[in-house]
Amino acid sequence: MSRLVKHHLFWPLVSLVALVAINAVARPRFIEITVRDGRLYGALIDILRNSAPLMLVALGMTLVIATRGIDLSVGAVMAVSGAVALTIIDGSSEPGSVGTVLVAIAAGVGVALVLGVWNGFLVAVLKIQPIIATLVLMMAGRGVALLITKGFITTVTSAPLKFVASGYVLGLPFAFFIWVAAVAVISLVERRTALGVLTEAVGINPEASRLAGVRSLGIILGTYVVSGTLAGVAGILYSSNIMAADANAAGELIELYAILAVVLGGTSLTGGKFSIAGTVIGVLIIQTLESTILFLGVSSAQSPVFFALVVVLVVLIQAPAVHRTVRRFTRGRHSRPTPDIQTAEVAR
Amino acid sequence: MSTLTPTTGLSRVGSHTRAFLSRNSSLMPLLAALVILLLILAGAQVHFGDFVTPRTMSALLLDHAYLLILAVGMTFVILTGGIDLSVGSVMAFTGIAGAKMLSAGHSAGLVIPVIIAAGALIGLFIGVLVQYFGVQPFIASLAGLFLGRGLAYVVSLKSIRVENDSVLWLESTRYRFDHWYITPTGIIALVVTILGAFVLKYTRFGRTVYAVGGNEQSARLMGLAVARTKVLVYVISGVCAGLAGLVLTAYSGAGYPRNGIGTELDVIAAVVIGGTLLTGGTGYVLGSLIGVFVYGTIETVISYMGAEQSWTRIIIGLMLLMFIVVQRIIVVRAERRR
Repeated sequence: MSRLVKHHLFWPLVSLVALVAINAVARPRFIEITVRDGRLYGALIDILRNSAPLMLVALGMTLVIATRGIDLSVGAVMAVSGAVALTIIDGSSEPGSVGTVLVAIAAGVGVALVLGVWNGFLVAVLKIQPIIATLVLMMAGRGVALLITKGFITTVTSAPLKFVASGYVLGLPFAFFIWVAAVAVISLVERRTALGVLTEAVGINPEASRLAGVRSLGIILGTYVVSGTLAGVAGILYSSNIMAADANAAGELIELYAILAVVLGGTSLTGGKFSIAGTVIGVLIIQTLESTILFLGVSSAQSPVFFALVVVLVVLIQAPAVHRTVRRFTRGRHSRPTPDIQTAEVAR
Repeated sequence: MSTLTPTTGLSRVGSHTRAFLSRNSSLMPLLAALVILLLILAGAQVHFGDFVTPRTMSALLLDHAYLLILAVGMTFVILTGGIDLSVGSVMAFTGIAGAKMLSAGHSAGLVIPVIIAAGALIGLFIGVLVQYFGVQPFIASLAGLFLGRGLAYVVSLKSIRVENDSVLWLESTRYRFDHWYITPTGIIALVVTILGAFVLKYTRFGRTVYAVGGNEQSARLMGLAVARTKVLVYVISGVCAGLAGLVLTAYSGAGYPRNGIGTELDVIAAVVIGGTLLTGGTGYVLGSLIGVFVYGTIETVISYMGAEQSWTRIIIGLMLLMFIVVQRIIVVRAERRR
């Protein structure tokens, strides 16, 4: 039992199940799934579909955070990728053809990849603090996206593009398959090869891993490329969902939600060990919470208050100071001398 | 500041200026920012012919008073090696809360202290999370960002007009000197700047801020009040955000819950362009003042050119990049000297 409780996915999973349970009790329709024309519909299916952009961004963020980095530019990259893709579709003679849409998506994601290389270059080669290095693109990216769309919200009508976010395959949303595929590929590459271990090594102790012969430069650069590329796909999904490229609203605050999802999933912001399964659960928690908040009749604009509470709760659960207090209470007078501030400081 | 006195035995640096610069390497980014500001001003003057006029220069301060106030608070936080992402949304919250209270008929004499206290409270919340719960400043202030933005929407989803005379007075009054003018909001911003610079340079608290940013462990071992200082810098930033909310509300004549989205980035950019090192320990409030003016000048130049305002963010982003590369070089050189 205690081993179960100590498992790193225990608390995230309990939170998610509790959240779903509360919803199910409060409104039984929440867990209802109806089948219409061979397609599944329901609140849970919506959550699986709508979590796609955040899931992709959070996956990339997990890897970046594992190397002690952070990628603030993901929202801006989403805006750029959406702007590039929709401008191409808008300018083509056949916006409805599959070929055009594929070219546009490839161009959007390709640009996002290049932006990822840029971030990786700043962090890995020039050794600039990740927060600041990615802040540059976070600021400039949206401006670039606005220039691409000429300050307007580019809208298109294109059936193949609409399919990306709203289409169904085998009764389930296509967007769901996109993120499942991304999770599967990244899990395989990171966990079935040495790459995951090397990434963690770079995050736990960059200096020691360098002395051990780990080529940290390529690994760190690679995580930013992955993060940028996934953000590019997320940007396509976002644009496909609203069938427009909105350079201001695309991916607004998504970097913060992605970081929150990663932290919720048990990956520490100090780098090192990361959990892809944890991030998946973290994203689902956020998406379920969003749906809960909407159900409560709170305007979605006001939902940040709830997320502030969640952030505080999560960081308090992880805080060493709270652990010490809890231990003091549970062990009573039999307590060992608790580790002093110095060790807590080191642990941080 | 961290003046490195050249020890005997080190080979003496050749020219006088180079010796000065290497001894005051922390001043270099600030001087670079000043040079760039002057270059932009000169370039704009040559290009447009009528750019550097009392009218545009006065408007520069008026339009960016809130940014300057936020930048002063942010300088304190960054000097300790922290960061405060919450300022934009706290400003939005205090601004709209102030507008709502004013429209409910409360007097400005009550509203102003209340919204500044509200900002201070959110700052205190962030500071306590950072200091006593060991939360990274980035995450703690992220909670503050969410909280402020959400609360702003809780107060009102739409903008609220301000009809209160004494608040509007802050903006509409123009004290004229020849062709120059300054508004009470501009005076508030300048007073905050001077106060910030004074506190950092001449008070025990200010010196502790630098010490904490330089090396927290050493500062603690020296017996400095590290915990109190680290909490207090976030409170100062919160107070500044509250004040900025008031100034922005006076400036726009209304509170709006979507105000200040992304402003925290502008503020951080201005502070960094002004020569404050993000690793903490080095920087000046005066630099942040220059950083804000660089930001404002670029914005004005772009509107003079009739180009898209989105260029502002792009150019500021590139400038930010340039400055962090310069900072990086300075840090690397300092490390090599050891």
